[in-house]
Amino acid sequence: MSASRADRRVVIIGSGPAGLTAALYTARANLAPLLVEGLEAGGQLMLTTMVENWPGFRDGIMGPDLMTEMRAQAERFGTEIMQGNVARVDLRHRPFTIEFAGGEKVTTDALIIATGASAKWLEIGSDRRLSGHGVSTCATCDGYFFRGKPIAVIGGGDSAMEEAIYLTRFASKVSVVHRRDTLRASKIMQDKAMANPKIEFIWDSEVADVKDGPSGEVTGITIRNLKTGHLSEVPLDGVFIAIGHVPNTSLFVGQIELDDTGYIKTYQGSRTSLPGVFAAGDVQDHIYRQAITAAGSGCMAALDAERYLEGLHDAPEVAAAHAT
Amino acid sequence: MASEKVKTFTDSNFDDEKKSGVVLVDFWAEWCGPCRRLGPTVDALATEFDGRATVAKLNVDENPTVPERYAVRGIPTLLLFKEGELAETIVGLRGKEDIAKMIERHLGA
Repeated sequence: MSASRADRRVVIIGSGPAGLTAALYTARANLAPLLVEGLEAGGQLMLTTMVENWPGFRDGIMGPDLMTEMRAQAERFGTEIMQGNVARVDLRHRPFTIEFAGGEKVTTDALIIATGASAKWLEIGSDRRLSGHGVSTCATCDGYFFRGKPIAVIGGGDSAMEEAIYLTRFASKVSVVHRRDTLRASKIMQDKAMANPKIEFIWDSEVADVKDGPSGEVTGITIRNLKTGHLSEVPLDGVFIAIGHVPNTSLFVGQIELDDTGYIKTYQGSRTSLPGVFAAGDVQDHIYRQAITAAGSGCMAALDAERYLEGLHDAPEVAAAHAT
Repeated sequence: MASEKVKTFTDSNFDDEKKSGVVLVDFWAEWCGPCRRLGPTVDALATEFDGRATVAKLNVDENPTVPERYAVRGIPTLLLFKEGELAETIVGLRGKEDIAKMIERHLGA
């Protein structure tokens, strides 16, 4: 019989497509998962508008609606969803201990990490200081404040193009500032952006500073041309940063292997360097970073965790559920 | 479930409502995903601080003047007023414990 004295068989941290898919699969395997939502509940899709590359929706689906459905589906099969954030994890002793921001603790035999990645800032000081006053990492949240005003989008990838196009609904003009002279974005997104009369491109340039006026509102940016070193001022009202993401792995530093840029290293599917700890989604993927790949890896983590628990406990009811 | 302890601030009642005590105002809109995430936290804070501090929401769609005055150009934003004066600003998501600590700090002082 089970030798475990853990509160849970499996705990999942994170509530984007990876976490919710892991929850769906482990719930259907009768593992009664506990999923901790985290501060940025629903993940990056909560900040998007129309998602056109999620299979099964020929006309697209709104990102927040997709997440609402995924959450309801995971709950329907018995996932317990807990709001709030994890403050600390102890993976050095078994069962693992998860401690929440309020101080409560829960122990678990297996852990699936799906904490995702958060928007990267420029880290020039003035960008973070002026967050909420004209500097933003969320076009769908803050575009509204820039009706009829000139703004800039920083970055050259798909997210930057998507934000730039979206923001032309509000802004009088959108300047895309990119470090190189070619875009990293996919052809379809490049074409859409280039064809938009409200979008202009400032190539080979980075933001040296964000300027603010007397009431603390953004008034412009200083641009440095990386080829000539020349500095120039661009007057504008808003700056949207879309230069990529950083993985949310600070909880796990020193406890499982991370790569040089902080992503969790996985082996043979979703296994981390520590048996019983699995990782899925953007927290372990800096290459694909799609909703569908995150969901796929969430499924892998769930199946890997199931197998791990079967080996751990020799629990016949789990094996029976898995067979269905 | 939205708490009835949360007050609704508007452009017209704002100055009057925020002039005394410790007042936390959540600037939000329907279309803002992160604002909807923060909603339950604000509701819980209203219940927790009932009778000690005022917790309110202001819809930026319907009330453009107040956000303009405080240069609010991103939501969710939480502003904390003490005796009518702006004392704290939180931009973006924050955990309930952190916000509660901030309110306590101003109630204590």
